[in-house]
Amino acid sequence: MSSIADPVAGTTLSDSKAAATSAPAIALPVAGERELRLDLFRGMALWLIFVDHLPTNILTWFTIRNYGFSDATEIFIFISGYTAAFVYGRAMLQAGFVVATARIMRRVWQIYVAHVFLFTIFLAEISYVATRFENPLYSEEMGILDFLKQPDVTIVQALLLRFRPVNMDVLPLYIVLMLFLPIILWLMKWRADIALGLSVLLYALTWHFDWYLTAYPSGFWIFNPFCWQLLFVFGAWCALGGAARMSRILSSPVTMWICITYLLFAFFVTLTWHIPQLSFLMPKRLEQWMYPITKTDLDVLRFAHFLALAALTVRFLPKDWSGLKSPWLRPLILCGQHSLEIFCLGVFLAFAGHFVLAEVGGGAVTHALVSLAGILIMWGVAWVISWYKHSADKDASKNKRTGGNADMAGGSV
Amino acid sequence: MRPNSGAVLALSLFAGLAATGLARAEEAPQASPQACEVPAYLLNTESVLPKVTEAVKNGRPLTILVVGSRSSTIAASADSAYPAKLQAALKEKLPSIPINLSVELQPGKTAEETDATLVKLVEAKRPTLVIWQTGTVDAMRSVDPDDFRSAVDEGVAALQNAGADVVLVNLQYSPRTETMISAPPYLDSMRVVAQQHSVPLFDRFAIMRHWNDAGDFDLFSTFHGTDMAKRVHGCIGRALSKFVLDAARLDQAQQN
Repeated sequence: MSSIADPVAGTTLSDSKAAATSAPAIALPVAGERELRLDLFRGMALWLIFVDHLPTNILTWFTIRNYGFSDATEIFIFISGYTAAFVYGRAMLQAGFVVATARIMRRVWQIYVAHVFLFTIFLAEISYVATRFENPLYSEEMGILDFLKQPDVTIVQALLLRFRPVNMDVLPLYIVLMLFLPIILWLMKWRADIALGLSVLLYALTWHFDWYLTAYPSGFWIFNPFCWQLLFVFGAWCALGGAARMSRILSSPVTMWICITYLLFAFFVTLTWHIPQLSFLMPKRLEQWMYPITKTDLDVLRFAHFLALAALTVRFLPKDWSGLKSPWLRPLILCGQHSLEIFCLGVFLAFAGHFVLAEVGGGAVTHALVSLAGILIMWGVAWVISWYKHSADKDASKNKRTGGNADMAGGSV
Repeated sequence: MRPNSGAVLALSLFAGLAATGLARAEEAPQASPQACEVPAYLLNTESVLPKVTEAVKNGRPLTILVVGSRSSTIAASADSAYPAKLQAALKEKLPSIPINLSVELQPGKTAEETDATLVKLVEAKRPTLVIWQTGTVDAMRSVDPDDFRSAVDEGVAALQNAGADVVLVNLQYSPRTETMISAPPYLDSMRVVAQQHSVPLFDRFAIMRHWNDAGDFDLFSTFHGTDMAKRVHGCIGRALSKFVLDAARLDQAQQN
């Protein structure tokens, strides 16, 4: 994706679907085309993840997890798979496996460094809390800070991605998924459907044998990579022609009604969580079959919920929808275009938000203000980053562009 | 999917439901800041406590056993912790019936580790009602939520088989440690188990968060003394007594 070059100019070529359908194994959309819908929804996912990481407030009403099974994480991982395959898939076709792998590994390193940076900030925050906060009401909960007594172990475990504080689980998942991207892409290049089939198989086997990665000091990875890879690989499969091949299914009214029915069902079920008085309406048998809807292992119900959302989005929000260029959606799209930076910023702002709320106190209004301020900061920083890329680094990027466009675009994956 | 009053409000509006309980909750803080009112929807439960109802109706003594971790007490002032306050409130509301309450703390033990001792405790004390506070230790050790759920499930089943009514009490709302302890999976698991066994779940987490949001308590406070802990526990004890009487369908009968 030639994102850095010029996101606005490289907007949409209306119908590459038809062209893509004819290609057998993998089909890459025309270079220079930028899917603004991807940026839009990734930007939205980033905002929602940020709001979900803060203590609940008015803005939390607007996050999709309150209205169905899946949440912003699904969107983020799917789109990450899509864009990563899009960018590095082209690199693999043009420059070969080794070069593409090398670029992916550089990207992995960037994400890893970002994760460690966030961990440092986290450590600073909780060390402060640990020394300042001694409310006897929470003497039990404060025991969680005991790990600070063994920084030697904790920090090493953090570097190994085994010790992850709350809300810092997405980047390690992303790192692992990106590590396997070369193999995924290589398989996709050979037979895209087999790659997707293997991914489904791994998902099914994980559920059957209950595979997981352990974490430190106990427990497991909050996002099981063996399960979440399904969304990532599915995203990659869609990017490499799968979406185009599915276009007939996606445009069928039957699909639409199945999706709407399922979304309504999910909405009703979530309603019974929020309004316990309604729970008598839920059949016991259904509850037993359905619960728990695990996020760790990406429950099929969650995956299906995401699929239904995505199918309806693709149907009702055409690629060339004029609203995508409206200034109102500009902040979201800008954030989506610099997702790694904005994601990290979001995690940091969530820490900072907790901290501000803890120090300043205050009620619902302050909570909402903190969320709003965070979103504004994310927008502002996204704007600054894109300014850097367009103006400040213009010469540098011109030089680099001759070398490898894909990698730079990777900077926005 | 943390349940929260904001989302509840939004959803209620969405569904076009008139939620009188919520409306009252919004007004509560203005009326009296330290009243620690609990909105009705947090104290209502579909589930019942037949053994408690029976004991009270027949005038037999009510034996209650509280099993919990360290958040069921206050260091060095257990008399001010919620179990003692619960006992006092019940005595006040059921003056004709002896209320025996004992507390078995299992500090640092997960639900699975507590399971082993539950049946023995019930056999020794023969309680009418077991109030089982759990989840905090599991959340702190990030025990697999599936394992946690089956441990609670087994524990509740064992208690019911041993002939006791059960009330589950979930985690405290602890905003300062929210970035370190992930409560939602454990809250969800407990809700599921409570639904499956038709056991009343006292949603301590939502209640404390409501107090924090409504301004009854500033749970972010860095205040070091035990004063606030005592007041919070007093409020929890009173709310829990209402909840138990409501689940036993005794409230109106006794007060009229």
